[in-house]
Amino acid sequence: MENLKYRFDNGKPTQGVTAIVGVLGSGNLEVLVEPAALGGACEIEVKTAANGFDRIWQAVMSDFFARHRAGDIRISVNDAGATPAIVSLRLDQAIETYIAQGKIKT
Amino acid sequence: MTRSYYESSARARIAGLLDEGSFHEWLPAADRLTSPHLAALEQPAAFDDGVIVGRGGIAGKQIFFAAQEGGFMGGAVGEVHGAKIVGMLERAVCDHPAAVLLLLETGGVRLQEANAGLIAVSEVMRAILSARAAGVPVIVAIGGQYGCFGGMGIASRCASAIIISEEGRLGLSGPEVIETVRGVEEYDSRDRALVWRTVGGKHRYLLGECDTIVPDSVEAFRHAITASIDNGDDWSLAALEREHQMLAERVQRFGACKDGRDIWRELGWADPDAIAMLDNDEFIAAAQGRRAKDK
Repeated sequence: MENLKYRFDNGKPTQGVTAIVGVLGSGNLEVLVEPAALGGACEIEVKTAANGFDRIWQAVMSDFFARHRAGDIRISVNDAGATPAIVSLRLDQAIETYIAQGKIKT
Repeated sequence: MTRSYYESSARARIAGLLDEGSFHEWLPAADRLTSPHLAALEQPAAFDDGVIVGRGGIAGKQIFFAAQEGGFMGGAVGEVHGAKIVGMLERAVCDHPAAVLLLLETGGVRLQEANAGLIAVSEVMRAILSARAAGVPVIVAIGGQYGCFGGMGIASRCASAIIISEEGRLGLSGPEVIETVRGVEEYDSRDRALVWRTVGGKHRYLLGECDTIVPDSVEAFRHAITASIDNGDDWSLAALEREHQMLAERVQRFGACKDGRDIWRELGWADPDAIAMLDNDEFIAAAQGRRAKDK
């Protein structure tokens, strides 16, 4: 198992309510998004069953941050060997769910 | 729109079953109550350890629930997973909700957690009986991809009622386990028709182990759960003795049968092979007077 950490600065502070999407099953992953006072940064922690893919994770996470520029959030990922495309879709689903749940609450 | 229960995740099932806005989760994912055993084995562990527990409303009635996620390790019961279910059931003994709902999808004990998982399952059984003894009906729903097997198959039969879909499966040893232990000549786990006429929803309904059979939709499960809450729970000695008598007669009557079809024939089905093709309503109508409970 590998534990990877990423941080992206200068995002837009993004309001929402803690959200979990996906399932930690073979070829899949679960993504937890929580609010965090990080001065506009987005912190991501990944636990993955597949070792040696840190550069690909870095690329997928950079693309995600470029798409949403979501700041003041903490993302935690548990992965069981999902492909980069699945990871990207889940991350999009997670941030959209986080924002949508925030709108229901207010 | 009808949503398939079989295809849904545990969270989607709960969301579809509960009254809107009534969902409240205990020990949610953000609490990160993960399995210490999987961490020791260097395996990623789900934030909720594969089970969602909490309270909510169904048709305005307050219920407590546990929903197992089959996608995470086949819904297998680990120490934390089991403790969450037990804690919820013990709270039901104190708080007396209208019912406890268990959405089971599990292969049984999580082998990585060995004895801790076995103990967890036995604690779940005891907690189910404690809740019933306190007057809280415990309703089990089975309709997921992984069925309900192993110790949780026993636990489900400790409950007040079981609701199953045709796609649902209920048993003790799962098909792959039987094949591994006894050989493919004894049981071919890839023979899907054989699997379904041994552990499938229709067979379990005919044998009297499941009280209700529903089509594969979250909405159908919701209707059946509502009806089951209204039915309450017969927890009398007379009911237990009736059940034991039924089981004794069942062994006597069907003990020599080699196949589900033999049992169905004995139950009065002239064309047992046609059962698989009947839709849910046709099947329920045709099954009247032809279940093991009916004699």
